[in-house]
Amino acid sequence: MIMIDRAQRREQSGMNRKEFQLGVKEALPIVLGYFPLAMAFGVLARASHLSLWQVLAMSLLIYSGSAQFIAVGMLGAGAAPASIIAAIMLVNSRLILLSASLAPHLSRFNATLLSFLAHGLTDETYAVGINRMREKPVNQWYLSGLFLTAHLAWVGGSVAGGMLGTLLGDTQRWGLNFALTAMFISLLILQLKNNITIVVACLAGLLSVVVTCMIGSGWNIIVATVLAATVGVLVEKWKKQS
Amino acid sequence: MEKTILIIILGIAALNYLFRVTPLLLLSRIKIPAVGARWLGYVPVAVMAALITPEVFLVGGEPALTLDNKNLLAAIPTFLVAVKTRSLLFTLLAGVASMALLNALG
Repeated sequence: MIMIDRAQRREQSGMNRKEFQLGVKEALPIVLGYFPLAMAFGVLARASHLSLWQVLAMSLLIYSGSAQFIAVGMLGAGAAPASIIAAIMLVNSRLILLSASLAPHLSRFNATLLSFLAHGLTDETYAVGINRMREKPVNQWYLSGLFLTAHLAWVGGSVAGGMLGTLLGDTQRWGLNFALTAMFISLLILQLKNNITIVVACLAGLLSVVVTCMIGSGWNIIVATVLAATVGVLVEKWKKQS
Repeated sequence: MEKTILIIILGIAALNYLFRVTPLLLLSRIKIPAVGARWLGYVPVAVMAALITPEVFLVGGEPALTLDNKNLLAAIPTFLVAVKTRSLLFTLLAGVASMALLNALG
């Protein structure tokens, strides 16, 4: 009995390791985009007179490109703390949508696990993770591999940028600044299953541009997503009736 | 100054974590009504499209449908490779290579 138990356990831990490795592997496109972007953040933050420790704390605890760039920019411009926090609250409120959309897929996980995994949620890890869930349910090992690898790249890149400073010159010419956009294009194409999803995508894309032009970036993702998803539900209902 | 920066960092961090964890904890414990689930089902497509278009079509917050807009130019082969191959790796390579080429050309 004990022998069988042990064999089973070994098999289980082998599968868990495989799932973790799959998560790490699927994080590699994100790493390609995060590392140079985080380095750029590190360089910029040091140029705005933040210490290496502050750079590290931001990437470890805030872990959000848009929020960190805005914070550094506003700190450099001498903005009041409350206005910095308010601006970032607006931009990052889209995390609520990502988290909500992930929730039904993770209902088997306990609260401790969810609280741990939640911190790894970004636009990019969300996009890769939800793409995998389209095919089959995922376990905590896959998500841990994906989330930890991406976070490590973000933290590592910022520290590297913060230490090397401007020694690197312009990293943009390597074309890596386009990596994350290319990744989103690929994942979006994979998500298009039928005509309604195409309509939702086109509408969200258009609204995002219009909102950005009219009231500036910040509101664009959340407004475009809420409206386009609502239209998607309405079109679906209307199609069923006709 | 040191202390102010620390407060700002911790404030943003706390806010971000709340945004990330609250819906996960609340919505994974209740049965979401069917219409809500369908709505959430459209969120991935909408979020990704909304993230892409300003990067591709705008430069400095202004519409830029010009040949100077490198992101727009790089997005064309990237999109075609994505549709044709449906492979994340090939799409990523196409995107980064296109951008590197555009940067090399000036």
